[in-house]
Amino acid sequence: MQKLLLLGDEAIAQGALDAGLSGIYAYPGTPSTEITEFVQNSRQAFENEVRCSWSANEKTAMEAALGMSYAGKRVMVCMKHVGLNVAADPFMNSAITGANGGMIVVAADDPSMHSSQNEQDSRFFGKFAMIPILEPANQQEAYDMVYYGFDFSEKYKIPVLMRIPTRLAHSRSGVERNTTRRQNNIALPDNLRQYVLLPAFARKRYSHLLKEQVKYEQESGNSQFNRYTDGDDKSKGVIVCGIAHNYLLENYPDRKVPFPVLKIGQYPLPKKMIERILSECNEILILEDGYPFVEEMIKGFLSGTGKVKGRLDGTIPRDGELNPNIVAFALGIEETKGLDIPTLMVNRPPSLCSGCPHIDSFNAINEVMVPFTKGRVFSDIGCYTLGALQPFETINSCVDMGASITMAKGAADAGLVPSIAVIGDSTFSHSGMTGLLDAVNDKSPVTVFILDNQTTAMTGGQDSPGNGKIEDICRGVGVEEAHIHVIRPLKRYHKENVKIINEELAYQGVSVIIPRRECVVNINKRTQEKIKKANNTDS
Amino acid sequence: MKRDIILAGVGGQGIISIASIIGFTAFQQGLYMKQSEVHGMSQRGGNVQSNLRISDKEIASDLIPLGKADLIIAVEPLESLRYLPGLCKDGWVITSTKPYVNIANYPPIDDILKEIKSLPHHIALDAEAIAKDVGSVKAANIVILGAASPFLEMAFENIENAIRFIFRKKGEEITAINLKALHAGRDFTDQNRAN
Repeated sequence: MQKLLLLGDEAIAQGALDAGLSGIYAYPGTPSTEITEFVQNSRQAFENEVRCSWSANEKTAMEAALGMSYAGKRVMVCMKHVGLNVAADPFMNSAITGANGGMIVVAADDPSMHSSQNEQDSRFFGKFAMIPILEPANQQEAYDMVYYGFDFSEKYKIPVLMRIPTRLAHSRSGVERNTTRRQNNIALPDNLRQYVLLPAFARKRYSHLLKEQVKYEQESGNSQFNRYTDGDDKSKGVIVCGIAHNYLLENYPDRKVPFPVLKIGQYPLPKKMIERILSECNEILILEDGYPFVEEMIKGFLSGTGKVKGRLDGTIPRDGELNPNIVAFALGIEETKGLDIPTLMVNRPPSLCSGCPHIDSFNAINEVMVPFTKGRVFSDIGCYTLGALQPFETINSCVDMGASITMAKGAADAGLVPSIAVIGDSTFSHSGMTGLLDAVNDKSPVTVFILDNQTTAMTGGQDSPGNGKIEDICRGVGVEEAHIHVIRPLKRYHKENVKIINEELAYQGVSVIIPRRECVVNINKRTQEKIKKANNTDS
Repeated sequence: MKRDIILAGVGGQGIISIASIIGFTAFQQGLYMKQSEVHGMSQRGGNVQSNLRISDKEIASDLIPLGKADLIIAVEPLESLRYLPGLCKDGWVITSTKPYVNIANYPPIDDILKEIKSLPHHIALDAEAIAKDVGSVKAANIVILGAASPFLEMAFENIENAIRFIFRKKGEEITAINLKALHAGRDFTDQNRAN
């Protein structure tokens, strides 16, 4: 079959398309964004009418996916790890309803927090929901596991979680394709009460889920993705999950590890293989990216014996992503560092682009806040989070999608007046709208800035779900017309903008100020696309 | 054959384009490759790096172990020094000398250049000036690719073909400028390589 050069994310998308995907649902989030973008740009997806536009947030995406699965079609829903928190309610309950058409949930974790506010490990969510988890080691496995995962999901009528780290999501390698499978026809569940989680029905479904656990474990024991490779040196045994397998092999140029190795790619853990490695080896080293998920399970009552080595006893650092050197150190292999970094080196943090509309918004906000004590600006997740850094140092919080408005409201309720919220247009439609409704209902004295750059900028310029509807949404939840202002974030309007903001800061109720100017990166991108199109029509 | 390459620069300077061209060339030659990229927040003017691994044998890790990279290819002088612990003893640093100053505490450029010149194997050139001469400063990254090309163990015409393929949608003029930029970079290394 044809070999393609794909990112881990793209391999997942291609695997889903080849396995007969009918729809993908997602909200952009690094490092998961490129899965959905690949489907959006795929001719194969276009020809097969695969549903692929962005959802308002991860919860709406998860629920829509559940509906498509209900209708009997194969569906994928993708998000970054913290997105799974937003979608946690439908996700947890999807384990109880089960699936009908194959359903795969992809959560892309970000150990070392390259682009995130925490490094939570999504495998805990899989275990929490008691559904099978797939964790690929490389791009080829990512492709193969999706293909396999849809079959598994339909065989056991259960959603399957796929967990990948940033390194795999954003690393490119060759991938060999499988045959393409046709999409499913519409076919409703045999039992039309399957998705009705009334307590009486839900108890039955839950007890069914519990009974199925042993079958999932048997599948793990027979899975091509869980592999036991024996070794002569039994002084140590290595249990290695997902991408950590690559770092292990990297340390043995001939790819032959002297110790027994149990490679894990599918959960629940294969019990017999685990028992074998525990009984045959004197010491167990556990290599896993993210939290010590497997380590905690295995350590359990053995914790006092010192037999199990990993993140919990300091053999591996407790936080941060793995790499070949950390693994080498844990194996007692000699360090291979090059030259030191010269002492003149300085950090180069990310910054707002030249010409970015947020710069003008922050300059205006900083000016109006001069008379007040510091620490009154609550913000959110997006490019504008960079407003926390120099030279602006405007904002004082960034917690989760939408928290700016609700935190400003809570602080205002506590008596911190004025309190300001700064949120982007896409984040507002993701999770800001409901918080604004709370503020209106309480008449909380907050001034909300919705920085409208007409795109989801930080993840690369995806369509913003609320584009063109922001004022209508604000009116709709009850913000008074007189306190909704659209301003132009440009230097030449600075004085005018400051005056409007000052007036609204004095107002003892909810005001919304919408600085609107398109993202400069987006403008450039559109110009480039025009050039490309023009050249294509020429030839 | 194996080439482990660290690409370094500032977000927006085009290191992913360099990686794509080398990666495409390797893939066309039937070599194994892994290329880890940077997406997300750091692309906004922060320091960025990409690990590119090419080999005739299957590659295990997406990340290059410390001290194992054969090359550091940098489009910015300060960034050429940030990943030195990754470079092997006989490794080469190929870098532009043109600073990209977007931080207040950027070190004096002369000190940076002195550090670069103290490295045992280096090629340092003003890629922007050369790119301007051949038609567009935007091709500075391709000048650097050209300067690195003698160290890639790949046929030069295969790299040229990769550029023709990757830039095909941007039009003939832009493709021609980038090919010129590639040649100019290569000529610089041919004339200035000490050993």
